[in-house]
Amino acid sequence: MTVTESSNNDNNMEKKMQTTTPSSLASVAGNREQRVPGTNLLGTGLETRGVHAWFGTKHVLSDVSLDFAAGTVTALIGPSGCGKSTYLRTLNRMHEFIPTAALAGEVLLDGQDIYAPGTDVTKIRLRVGMVFQKPNPFPSMTIGENVLSGLKLAQIKKSNTDELLESCLQRAGLWNEVKDRLGEHGGALSGGQQQRLCIARALAVEPQVLLMDEPCSALDPGSTFRIEQTISELAKSMTIVIVTHNMQQAARVADYTAFFLSDGGPGVMVETAPTSKIFSNPSDKRTEDYVTGRFG
Amino acid sequence: MTLLENRSAEIPAPREITTKPRRSDQIFRAVVTIGGMTSLVILGLIALFLSLKGISVLRVEKFTFITESKWEVLQDAEGKVAESTFGLGAMLIGTFLSAFIAVIVGVPIAVLSALYLTFYARGPVKKLLISLIDLMAAFPSLLFGFWGFIVLMGSAEYWAKLLNKYLGFIPIFDVPAPIFERSPFIAGLVLAIMIIPIVTAISREIFDQTPLDRVQAAYALGASKLAMIRAVVIPYGRGGVVGGAMLGLGRAMGETVAVYTVLNVVYQVNWQVLFGAGGNVASLILLKFGEAGPEEVNALMAAGLVLFLLTLTVNAISDVLINKFGKKGR
Repeated sequence: MTVTESSNNDNNMEKKMQTTTPSSLASVAGNREQRVPGTNLLGTGLETRGVHAWFGTKHVLSDVSLDFAAGTVTALIGPSGCGKSTYLRTLNRMHEFIPTAALAGEVLLDGQDIYAPGTDVTKIRLRVGMVFQKPNPFPSMTIGENVLSGLKLAQIKKSNTDELLESCLQRAGLWNEVKDRLGEHGGALSGGQQQRLCIARALAVEPQVLLMDEPCSALDPGSTFRIEQTISELAKSMTIVIVTHNMQQAARVADYTAFFLSDGGPGVMVETAPTSKIFSNPSDKRTEDYVTGRFG
Repeated sequence: MTLLENRSAEIPAPREITTKPRRSDQIFRAVVTIGGMTSLVILGLIALFLSLKGISVLRVEKFTFITESKWEVLQDAEGKVAESTFGLGAMLIGTFLSAFIAVIVGVPIAVLSALYLTFYARGPVKKLLISLIDLMAAFPSLLFGFWGFIVLMGSAEYWAKLLNKYLGFIPIFDVPAPIFERSPFIAGLVLAIMIIPIVTAISREIFDQTPLDRVQAAYALGASKLAMIRAVVIPYGRGGVVGGAMLGLGRAMGETVAVYTVLNVVYQVNWQVLFGAGGNVASLILLKFGEAGPEEVNALMAAGLVLFLLTLTVNAISDVLINKFGKKGR
């Protein structure tokens, strides 16, 4: 009975999402209350200047300069292969995880270049958290251990871990579903719950920026809806950059949207503007073609 | 509820699903089945041969063949066998002792080198090291034995004396007489070197398969390489490493020539690993086989059967352990 009901809900949600046509995206984006950047105590935000990226000799990203003001949500949209995920990964130095990866330009966190010589990369990643496309909880750890794993991994000592555990799960919107089974293994959760567990895990080390790489692409509409609610909640206390293929999602969650495009060569950032402008009145013809569904 | 109403009342029995394979498929299936079964048949025949040969001795000695430590053939004036006693006990203890020393010394080295090769070594250094370690596996064990005897012995004797001096209060490090040459300790060190390649290869393969998304998750949470390895790689690879260690143990227990070359094979129970006496089942067989009469040959075959079953058991246990520990990390 309950199963039937909840799947009905999901179906409704799906319908609701599908009926949102590109032309109505602007109105969705317009519904969001516009946040004023820099009004909370989150540092001065994140900024990139002339970022280029290579894999081996292949130039995949060209001259991207963007400003992510503290306390805002920015969506990176664009067709597959336009370099938006690569760009996202330059923001917390996960780019260099791939052995042949190279980079030029500057990424400034509170005005300091995170690629400056002598920088401890682990400290950067503590301040700039990341949620991946595929939920990736640690299967050998329990739900509770997963949330607190960042503390262990980065060797951070905290005394009130129970409080932290609860608050992270609350903020990720998962507390009510798992509070009675924190000792179970993370792999026992559904895909959407696992993804929220990964968000809770990222929150436990208290990052000032959270990067999300298509966090909902592997999830059903119901879970997607819950994660979007979570994003809106989190945006009150941190800076969020989200890569998404789903333009409705960009319209629903983001204050600003940046459009990336590649013509087969390196990806470029075509246009960035408040989300409602991108979807109603973009300056660039290519952006307009993309958001109205003419290609991509 | 309304969604489910129009379900038919009668549920049919599941149909049998079959397919008619092509002739070529059938022939190929027969060929690979024969190939696959060959090793099993050979192994079975060897076990059968050992059992048939050894059964007469086992019938006489019964359980004391394993528990008793006496291997004697008494001849009368005409050279006939007057009385014989066969008990493997001392050699079994020697087998376990030297194999355990090998695992205790060899496995940590192998795991460290596997971690180095997987996560730190790059480019030509990595390639060179991998092929060198693989080459070690193909190296004749006699040469390991010679090297152990001629080169390693001198320094190992010194370490043995140190161990005895500072840890001599622990019974296994005590010695009845100051003879440190050709001890189970030194044999164990040589065996340790011999099992490093296989344990390294298995560990490296497992570490290599660590899911990338978990590795990335750890790094994205601000983990250093060490913290990532501890939180992700070790839990994932634990089962495989245990399996590799057990495989190494099995190898070390069955090793013959290297132990025979290094160890002073004396038929006595020796728990004191630093004392130069002892042996293992395989070296006993090698030592006695040349001059053994028909009865003793049968006894040696029985010893072979025991060794065969022992390594089979060790491998079976390693399987169980891999299944028990291995699943948790995946």
